[in-house]
Amino acid sequence: MSALVQLVEVSKRYRDAPALHPTTLAIERGKTTVLIGPSGCGKSTLLRLIIRLIEPDTGTIDFDGAPVTPDKIDMLRRRIGYVIQEGGLFPHLTARANVLLMARHLGKPDEEMRRRLSELCALTRFPENLLARYPVELSGGQRQRVSLMRALMLSPELLLLDEPLGALDPLVRASLQKDLKEIFSRLRQTVLLVTHDLAEAAYLADEIVLMNEGRIVQRGSIADLRGDPASDFVTEFINAQRSLALV
Amino acid sequence: MKRIRKKGSQEKHLQRLVFFSCLPAFLIFISSSLSAGPVVIGSKKFTESYVLGEIAKRSLSDANIVAEHRQGMGGTIILWEALRTGQIDAYPEYTGTIAQEILKTERQLSMQEFESALEKLGIGMTEPLGFNNTYALVMQRNQAERLGVHTISDLQKHPELKYGLTHEFLDRHDGWRPLASRYQLNPQSVVGIDHALGYAALKNGSFDVKDAYSTDAKIAEYDLVALEDDQQFFPRYQAVFLFRFALPTPVISALRQLEGTIDEARMIKLNAEAERTKDYARAASLYFNNGARSTIFFSGESFAHKLARWTLRHLELAGFSLLLSVIVGIPLGILASRGGAVGHVILGFAGVMQTIPSLALLALLVPLPFFGISVRTAITALFLYGLLPIVRNTATGLQDIPRSLRESAIALGLERGAQLRKIFLPIASRSILAGIKTSAVINIGTATLAALIGAGGLGEPILSGLNLNDHVTILQGAIPAAVLALLVQWLFDLLDRVLIPKGLRL
Ligand SMILES: Nc1ncnc2c1ncn2[C@@H]1O[C@H](COP(=O)(O)OP(=O)(O)O)[C@@H](O)[C@H]1O
Ligand SMILES: [Mg+2]
Repeated sequence: MSALVQLVEVSKRYRDAPALHPTTLAIERGKTTVLIGPSGCGKSTLLRLIIRLIEPDTGTIDFDGAPVTPDKIDMLRRRIGYVIQEGGLFPHLTARANVLLMARHLGKPDEEMRRRLSELCALTRFPENLLARYPVELSGGQRQRVSLMRALMLSPELLLLDEPLGALDPLVRASLQKDLKEIFSRLRQTVLLVTHDLAEAAYLADEIVLMNEGRIVQRGSIADLRGDPASDFVTEFINAQRSLALV
Repeated sequence: MKRIRKKGSQEKHLQRLVFFSCLPAFLIFISSSLSAGPVVIGSKKFTESYVLGEIAKRSLSDANIVAEHRQGMGGTIILWEALRTGQIDAYPEYTGTIAQEILKTERQLSMQEFESALEKLGIGMTEPLGFNNTYALVMQRNQAERLGVHTISDLQKHPELKYGLTHEFLDRHDGWRPLASRYQLNPQSVVGIDHALGYAALKNGSFDVKDAYSTDAKIAEYDLVALEDDQQFFPRYQAVFLFRFALPTPVISALRQLEGTIDEARMIKLNAEAERTKDYARAASLYFNNGARSTIFFSGESFAHKLARWTLRHLELAGFSLLLSVIVGIPLGILASRGGAVGHVILGFAGVMQTIPSLALLALLVPLPFFGISVRTAITALFLYGLLPIVRNTATGLQDIPRSLRESAIALGLERGAQLRKIFLPIASRSILAGIKTSAVINIGTATLAALIGAGGLGEPILSGLNLNDHVTILQGAIPAAVLALLVQWLFDLLDRVLIPKGLRL
């Protein structure tokens, strides 16, 4: 079976500088691919390109084996769940309304929505009695669980997570990492997750994609990166993270 | 392909925009077509003109012609334009003003010359009503005697005297400037001031010399002297009625019945009565010497009734214009929030509208063919005035939405319209509502100016109080207007709680 997302020679530049050099990358079905690299190396740009928040300057991005025509972009987005570091929850809506927003918009039956919602609460370990709260009334970890529920609501084929745990304190972070790993494997979810934390990448990834300055430097398992670094940068990046852990 | 799709949705927005911008014109058209019918008499913004307007209205009513009197619409140019464009049917005018301001001639014209010149413009003129109300310079009697000033020439010797002159007199071709040059007056201080306020200022010594009309009731009341025009500078100002030729004959003959029936003494008496009772209709009824009937016709509304009428009209003006500002302002604000050239043009236009003084905006609209002296002009001016706060707050409210929220809404796969309705507008609602509230309060205040062009509202008592220099009457309009502004503010604070989503208020 082909990859779910296939990027071929995709590049993007902003006025002053290239954010992504021509890049080819396949996102395999049912796997968790983790994008890692220093800040500003183009990770978020790659995710934005896939969900079409921005358009590529060159190259093609096929989804499920076919290019996405402009009239199909909204359809594409509904097949993808997108979670960002800040959560992106809408402050004027309760947790429940945030999660159900698209399902309601698409006119899904009430009964189905209710069932799916308690399913998701169980899956993400979010207390159902907090569903009536507004985002400002929730903790950071709870907000990210709601954000994840919203992304999963329509059973998306692809989950894009852009540093979903980046703003959380270490304990909450560790417990969410565990939950995420379990959710991904239980759902056999195709995931593309961005992090700048090597330990998180090592824990969650089936495959790690290391980026630097708009280019993919190396892909493989954490053992591959350690044992067979493609360049000095890879070694440097790994060592920097290790020394951080030693402090 | 992407381009094409974008263009399609922009077209839809454009259609919506066109629809919304045409809506006010359409609504105004409906409201104006509802009010056709009566003969409309106009009058200028001073007591005598009010009284003459009432007399004409009464004279028409007595001839079983339905007539309406729009009081104190403004100065010569506004009345003349209104007459020529058919917004009013007749108004009292003075031969001197007709010659100087309308026909723009320096010559003294005969009645035949007046009539034939006006006839070419489709306007008729009655014979003189009987009195000559020319300009005069007046001073306090004791001061004039003390300084030995009896004629205008005598003023040459006293350049230290302070002059408080009406704006109209300062601007007229036959007003202050030629007068000063003919008499070689070169005073140290000349200030423009409202006619009625000028009398109060003269009385308390703020000014020494003021322009006046020779039939002003105030001359006797305040013990003033009119200085002799020893060089015959001022032309004769015979009062007449100007009317549209297109009027039915019975209307014209009813107006002509007033010819030669009011001499100076009588006019001063009517003016004094009007200023004493603050009731122009009652003063006019004095002219008809028909006490019994006049009490039935002009028993005078009770204050409560008048207040209700003013307030209702005021709310109508402010409310209707606010509604239009909202209907047009929010879509414009949405467009402006996208930035670019269009956004700049929209915000620029709305901004310029607000920098035009409201009085000037009214004056600019009045000569336009569609507007004129009418409620729709007042509503249009208020609408334009209220636009900026709504457009600007809508635009900034939308622009201030964090990029993460904006991208989350897009990434969900919501269509553009749904993004706006379900996400962006609710999040910006606090800012938008604050803009609407600002507009509402501005509108309540500015709507008092609508009375200047006969559109009524709480400005009516303020205006006639100003004209009569009567503080009680001014307050009858000013206090309710202030209370109304407070109420509106309070109402919006309540509305905040209802309309702004709870999640944004926590
Ligand atoms: N909207 C933008 N305008 C200009 N430059 C941008 C924009 N978004 C990102 N960039 C630049 O592109 C590069 C890659 O950004 P990003 O993909 O966000 O990096 P990260 O790997 O930290 O997620 C950075 O140098 C960033 O400054
Ligand atoms: Mg990033």
